[in-house]
Amino acid sequence: MTNNRLLPYLLIAPATVFLVLLFVVPLVQTIALAFMDNGVASLTNFRKMAGDLNFGLSIGNTFLLVLAVIPLQICMALVMAMMIQKMDKGRDLVLWIWIIPLGISDLAAGLVWLAILQDRGYVNTVLNMLGLVDGPVNWLSYEAPVSLFVGVVLAEVWRATAIVLVILVAGLQLIPKEYGEAAEIFGAGPWTRFRKITLPLLKPSIQSALILRTVLAFEVFAVVYALSGRNFPVLVGEAYAWQHVNQNNGVAAVYAILVMAISLAATVIYIRALRTPPEMQP
Amino acid sequence: MTGLKRLLAATAFTAAAVSGAATQGALAQETIFLSTQLRPIEEATKVRQIILRGAPGPVTFVVEEPSPFQTRMDAETAAGKRTISMVGALHGELSPLVGSKGLDPVDDLAARARERGVPEAMLALGKLGTDRQMYIPWMQATYIMAARKEALQYLPAGADINALSYAQLKDWAKAIQDRTGKRALGFPAGQKGLMPRFFQGYLYPSYTGGVVSTFKNADAEAMWAAFKDLWTHVNPNSASYDFMQEPLMAGEVMIAFDHVARLKDALVAAPNDYVTFPAPSAGKGRGFMPVVAGLGIAPGAPNRAGAAAAIDHLLKPETQVTMARELGFFPVVKADLPTDLPGGITLLVEGVAKTQGAKDALVSLLPVGLGAKSGEFSKVYMDTFQAIVLRGAPIRATLDAQAATLQTIMNETKAPCWAPDKPSDGACKVN
Repeated sequence: MTNNRLLPYLLIAPATVFLVLLFVVPLVQTIALAFMDNGVASLTNFRKMAGDLNFGLSIGNTFLLVLAVIPLQICMALVMAMMIQKMDKGRDLVLWIWIIPLGISDLAAGLVWLAILQDRGYVNTVLNMLGLVDGPVNWLSYEAPVSLFVGVVLAEVWRATAIVLVILVAGLQLIPKEYGEAAEIFGAGPWTRFRKITLPLLKPSIQSALILRTVLAFEVFAVVYALSGRNFPVLVGEAYAWQHVNQNNGVAAVYAILVMAISLAATVIYIRALRTPPEMQP
Repeated sequence: MTGLKRLLAATAFTAAAVSGAATQGALAQETIFLSTQLRPIEEATKVRQIILRGAPGPVTFVVEEPSPFQTRMDAETAAGKRTISMVGALHGELSPLVGSKGLDPVDDLAARARERGVPEAMLALGKLGTDRQMYIPWMQATYIMAARKEALQYLPAGADINALSYAQLKDWAKAIQDRTGKRALGFPAGQKGLMPRFFQGYLYPSYTGGVVSTFKNADAEAMWAAFKDLWTHVNPNSASYDFMQEPLMAGEVMIAFDHVARLKDALVAAPNDYVTFPAPSAGKGRGFMPVVAGLGIAPGAPNRAGAAAAIDHLLKPETQVTMARELGFFPVVKADLPTDLPGGITLLVEGVAKTQGAKDALVSLLPVGLGAKSGEFSKVYMDTFQAIVLRGAPIRATLDAQAATLQTIMNETKAPCWAPDKPSDGACKVN
């Protein structure tokens, strides 16, 4: 009897210890770092962050990127998941190809797109062959902020849509076919069935995908770093620069906490906005 | 009596034998040498197979990028357990280690270095603002300019490439842009580029005669206006360049400024395609900044004797000449460079000699006494550059705002002015 009551706690103990050691302890240390200056409690690091040249810009850029990338990825992944759902032959092969980017590291993905977009990259080579440009076009310089932004969005969409797709495909498979068939008998067209049946039943999966992707998008770094260097400051990039270039881990810790706060806020908003009552779950 | 004598003799003998064995043991034991320098695999291999081959004991050469280097040293200090005996890094990378207790004073090795001809000023730099010798100078380098020979045809009439002014450099770059449509001048202003040193050692001293005290004066204001103007002829990818050798080799730029070690690959690959020359001058002279890498010993090093012996080996004149020949870093001790150096290295040596020998040369020291704040010090210059040149912010307002940050850093570290700024009582004042 006692054993049975203890068993669940014993089973989750290893994971809990692991998380406390490798997540909670560093988190507490990071918070301590952020609020300390030369061993004294102070808000100096926060003032330094707020007064930093790139502070406003990096917040703006990060949000801009999240707002551009996430809706695009959710829509694309929905379309792709619906297409896969309707396929009979070669379904696994297509799915397999679509999720290849999932296996590629952030930085490698950034470098792939750098090879495509840089001055002597593939895009310029093709444009040159077609006679559309004379010499190399600078797509990624600080003088071309629009194409730089589009480049970063493209790379992010290419790299991280697959994770959304996987979650949505799994969610779609959970929806019983009977609902759709019943609706069809009552004369609902494909669009109505998608809107009234698939989307509502897919809401929990969309919620998971949104939370996961948004948190990761606020942490975007390696792709931006590879493509833009210092031309497109983002929050995590600034944390990296304060830690490694400016050698001030206090300000780096403040940036890290800011990123965490934003991610937490986004998660809370998603959980509230996309709440699904238990009776509506498939 | 004889018994006592014998006993004494025996004791002395045993003591000598034991201490001798201890030294022998220390030398036979491995010495781990962690370096931020000579990281590329070809260079590290040369260090292992050629440079360290004559060292008295086995030395394991391990390389690490500057930031993991700091982290690792701090981690070992915090853990109280050392694996690293000896470190090699740039002056600016060693200075934060003083504050974090990662360096053991090496006063015992300074006399030998002085005997071998390490200049007094350079040894003083190795004290890192303390009254003890914190590192022994290891090798030196500096920054030069390199140009592809096809750019020479556009050199403005009457300009001497070895005595260029910033105005002439601008005319040169403009001429290339007018004739070829290419912005052919390049600077290493990427995230890992050494652009802050260009401002601290070259641009500011040349225009204002100082680095800190003259940060926001009228000369500085005129300087930024001129540099912003020059930048219209600079390849916009400069904001992403870390090392200038790649864009030079690719022909993306034709004229470049960088650290000799970051131009070396291009010059060695095609010595006949390039010329090297000093950085330009302006009203106050031709600023230049010698760079020093130093060797230090970690406190509580597992093998201090081995590390001291390895430092002694690395400072031998013949080792220093080999380093120049193989790696393109220059001796800190008195040593004559041979005349049969490889072509690319000869170009580097020429560039450095022309820089040091320029009539109007104005030596700028690496920041002294900033300790862990040297990163934030460089950030002031890069932020000013980004704001004014890349983002078009007003010059006066930017200089005033950044000057306040700079003054805070100086006050916090209490660092007195260093050359070319005039010496100060107490913290250096930003005027």
